Amino acid sequence: MRKAATHLSKSALRSLASQHVTFNLSVLSSGFAASRRGYADEASLKKTPLYDYHVENGGKMVPFAGWSMPLQYKDSIMDSTTNCRENGSLFDVSHMCGLSLKGKDSIAFLEKLVVGDITALAPGTGSLSVFTNEKGGIIDDTVITKVKDHHIYLVVNAGCRDKDLAHIESHLKPFQASGKDVKWHIHDERSLLALQGPLAPTVLQHFVKEDLSKMYFSDFKMIDINGYPCFLTRTGYTGEDGFEISVPAENALDLTKAIMEKGEGKIRLTGLGARDSLRLEAGLCLYGNDLEQHITPIEAGLAWTISKRRRAEGGFLGADVIQKQIQDGPARRRVGLIASGAPPRGHCEILDLSEKVIGEVTSGGFSPCLKKNIAMGYVSSGNHKNGTKLKVSVRGRISDAVITKMPFVPSKYHKPAEGA
Amino acid sequence: MGLTSFAVDELGDVVFVELPEVGAKYEQGESICTVESVKASSAVYAPVGGEVIEVNSSVKESPEKLNKDPFGESWLVKLKVANHDHLKSLLSASDYEGLVEQSKH
Repeated sequence: MRKAATHLSKSALRSLASQHVTFNLSVLSSGFAASRRGYADEASLKKTPLYDYHVENGGKMVPFAGWSMPLQYKDSIMDSTTNCRENGSLFDVSHMCGLSLKGKDSIAFLEKLVVGDITALAPGTGSLSVFTNEKGGIIDDTVITKVKDHHIYLVVNAGCRDKDLAHIESHLKPFQASGKDVKWHIHDERSLLALQGPLAPTVLQHFVKEDLSKMYFSDFKMIDINGYPCFLTRTGYTGEDGFEISVPAENALDLTKAIMEKGEGKIRLTGLGARDSLRLEAGLCLYGNDLEQHITPIEAGLAWTISKRRRAEGGFLGADVIQKQIQDGPARRRVGLIASGAPPRGHCEILDLSEKVIGEVTSGGFSPCLKKNIAMGYVSSGNHKNGTKLKVSVRGRISDAVITKMPFVPSKYHKPAEGA
Repeated sequence: MGLTSFAVDELGDVVFVELPEVGAKYEQGESICTVESVKASSAVYAPVGGEVIEVNSSVKESPEKLNKDPFGESWLVKLKVANHDHLKSLLSASDYEGLVEQSKH
């Protein structure tokens, strides 16, 4: 007999933050299995300083990367997504891992592990980069910021924390043993909040003395926000103008309440469900879906993260593989798709017009802002140009798709005026 | 047959519905159609075996209607019941409500 509807709440919501899940909604009778409560699972999940606040505000909590995080609140994921772009959103992203490298050899150390040109990075600015493995595949993506020449601040994904820290440590120890000057510190004493959307700068300005209009996309400051010593970066994961705020953990709740009060109902607490829709609309990759150990930054369309100097000199893990792909072109490439029919989801096959399999979807869903199905995936090179008509297979049904330039929704980053 | 209000609330905003062909036959428990939200797609299983005699195309055109009125306007499929014994195996509305309450704790 089929399992009954009792299973669907927690276990079904579990994966919804970033992936598609298929679950049983029907109500059949006798012989239903008792639903698994998973008390042990829930008790072992980590909680951010905002956990109780999320629950008080209607947060639907789900396990994510070992943390109990809000998937959504009282408003639907659709409304939450459109509200971010119309007004603004506050996300609790304290599950992510911030760390600092300090010492005069910290840049030399980091450049062994990431493709970024940290030497050339201007102090007070950051950039997206990736950690690579020996095959040139991506271990994790990260935003790396040069605070000053001997202090680098990085944020890595929650789901990759243990893997990344073990990887960094395994290289750090021999580097230090050879007499080099670099130390690391993991910022577990801090919590990360993301304030995104058109109202973000106005609201945040209430809490800082400095003129935020002069702080541009990718800029970083150590700054007091509402009197709390914060790390502030003008960046995000939504495509909107906005900020990521690293605040001391003991001040995270007060800062959240202060921001929400000044937001006057327009800034909404926003969960991981909407966060995933927003980043997909912005054409931003999600590690574990669009980026993986076996995918290189060249295949992923992230060659722009590798400067001319680093392409020539290498010096990071897997440099030889990456250099060859830069020269010869990669065998497959990440593309954006707009599709008709049912929304394509991860692992759906991408087909050419003769219905031959040429690739796979890695992320997909219905775009709340565009009211269309959008997706990202990889196709064999040659089939990757914008405008290429293709097909996707979703649960056995084939529908039309077209390769579309990303971002799907135009980004609104705060950049200096042209010629400034 | 259709979805309960508990089910649509759990799903969230419905964005896509795939309905079966009229005339197709399904066994009890077989996947008969699919309902999708922003984050999840869900198979809907035939509560009894039977033949599809009508589908509600208005739900295909406006999937969001399912969230508003799952018990009324937004039925999904009409089935001609093949075996009336199957009807005995179904939960009553009050039994179902009881199940839902349990699952919330």
